[in-house]
Amino acid sequence: MGYQLSREQFDRFLDRLKEDYRVFGPALDEDKGALSDSDRITYKEVSRLGELVLDRKSYFSPKEIFYPLRETLFRFCDGEITVPAIDEKKTAILLRPCDINGIDRLDTIFLENGPSEDFYYKRRRDKVRFFMIECTTGFDSCFCVSMNGGRTDRWDVAFRFGEQILAEVKSEELEPYFAGCAQQPFEPQFVTENSKKVRLPEVADITADVFKHELWSEYTARCIACGRCNTSCITCSCFTMQDAAFGAEGKMGERRRTWAGCHINGFTDMAGGHRFREPKGDRMRFKTMHKINDYYRRFGKHQCVGCGRCEDVCPQYISFARCINTLSDVTRERKSK
Amino acid sequence: MSIDTRKVIKNAYRVTRVRGKTALRIRVPGGHIETRFFSLIDEIASKYGDGTAHITTRQGLELPGIDFENIPEINKMIRPLIESLGLAVEVTDTGYPAAGTRNICACIGNRVCTFANDDTTTLAREIERMVYPNNLHFKIAVTGCPNDCIKAYMNDFGIICTVEPVYDQSRCISCGACVENCAKAVTGALAMKDFSVERNREICIGCGECVRKCPTGAMTRSHTKSYRMVIMGRTGRKNPRMAETFLKWADRESILAIVRNAYTFVERHIDRGLDKEHVGYIVDRTGYPTFREEVLQDVRLDEKTLVAEHIDWSGYRYTNDAGLR
Repeated sequence: MGYQLSREQFDRFLDRLKEDYRVFGPALDEDKGALSDSDRITYKEVSRLGELVLDRKSYFSPKEIFYPLRETLFRFCDGEITVPAIDEKKTAILLRPCDINGIDRLDTIFLENGPSEDFYYKRRRDKVRFFMIECTTGFDSCFCVSMNGGRTDRWDVAFRFGEQILAEVKSEELEPYFAGCAQQPFEPQFVTENSKKVRLPEVADITADVFKHELWSEYTARCIACGRCNTSCITCSCFTMQDAAFGAEGKMGERRRTWAGCHINGFTDMAGGHRFREPKGDRMRFKTMHKINDYYRRFGKHQCVGCGRCEDVCPQYISFARCINTLSDVTRERKSK
Repeated sequence: MSIDTRKVIKNAYRVTRVRGKTALRIRVPGGHIETRFFSLIDEIASKYGDGTAHITTRQGLELPGIDFENIPEINKMIRPLIESLGLAVEVTDTGYPAAGTRNICACIGNRVCTFANDDTTTLAREIERMVYPNNLHFKIAVTGCPNDCIKAYMNDFGIICTVEPVYDQSRCISCGACVENCAKAVTGALAMKDFSVERNREICIGCGECVRKCPTGAMTRSHTKSYRMVIMGRTGRKNPRMAETFLKWADRESILAIVRNAYTFVERHIDRGLDKEHVGYIVDRTGYPTFREEVLQDVRLDEKTLVAEHIDWSGYRYTNDAGLR
């Protein structure tokens, strides 16, 4: 069912919704940019329409809402193990189509890759409902159309924000929250063209010798391994484990998992001090291949959805879109030879 | 030729080595000037000077080769330049109202620089409006971060913009970027303990580098800004020395009040028998405790502000040259 809401009605809708859901959306984090006197758009709990920032892209993706940066998996004490409880409330996230597609890529890794589902991911993810923000233009760094990431039907409610707010409700559990709103059918539109276009290489053309191509050495010179491309990415799912012991005898403690990133130093550290991919170009290659090659070979879809955040946040002005295009040129050239 | 040299000097003109020629010193607080003034400066230099401008050591502009007799005409022309300072006093056609308090210097600050913790241009202009015009010889500089590109340490009052980082453990992925950078390039104030970052506030200098390095927003800036004030640095013919820390984690209002109070301190203690006496030599005479007591009078320091108990300025005494062999 479709509805039309005034801005005031939308706020009242949020009030009702918040009784059962924690509501997250892109909002202003004042003074919290890395540079002084700068802010940042991040995913925060919101209560009012006026808190939503819809004309700028969020710096971090919404994945942190259900996949925490640092999560205690269990605590142990004298042989007893407890799994921390999580908030029982459901989670409503206001997000764009690319992020919904990005979360599909996370779902695939955490729920479908291997014999068992990831318990910790699943218990939070099951609570999530997608409140899609209609996005028909994107931003300068977006290349979702090239990645087929700008369109989805996996939403529970779709919103068009304007002077009036249009809402198309697909999920029955959410219908009651729109009680009293005027009915108005609405079909969300999607972006059909980005100014930034990416030419994907044919997966079949990516052969092992491409791994040694000199194109990666540019990134050895340019990348500083800060890891922002990983932490801002909606589809990066890697994590590492931490065991922390407390108390004099070390019989008390916790196991945590925290996000990890293939560009960040220490990602490949192994027992005995072995390390792989020391040159930053190797890390760029590893990430690129995961995003647009081997993920596809395994799951039949590209991991990257073209949200463009990695380009937005890179202090070295490295463009992932340009990297893909360069790789595409290289593979095509090699094929033609 | 009859020239009241004291008068022209206070009017921001200088007695030069060429008899009959003076040079105009244009104030550029914060070292930042609107380019619309370039044509005016060009006109003055071309018409009355030698067609050149010197960028002064304190970020002003000095136009040499001017005949003393042209001062009244030039003073009329520079009115828009003086008006642009936004001073509390009325601007007239008689030129700069004082020259003792030197141009307030500043690095480019956070309008451009990614390191800077504040808008140093705005702060320099604010200080300029607060202390100028004044004939007392003060050198004040504002620098955006502890890199101190403006060399605040060589000033009577050096203001170093800092930021206290805020750590959100729940966002930390233990990547160690902040810890490593602080150990290698700063003071080593950060340590990783049980996969979390511990900050030694005593040796943290508030440079903000940990915030810049953090890939997750676990280290962020506090909403309020803070400043380190270093005092009584100087060059000169007696005892050149670096400034020493007077305050750390101070608030903006307090540092401005302290600078104001310092003018009162100098008025009270200055040796009128001398042609001019720098504030640093006055503090040498009165001792730091007297200075501290007087400049902190009626100043409500933020509770987190730290104040130096003692200051032992070192530097080189040129009389030590006697030991050179």
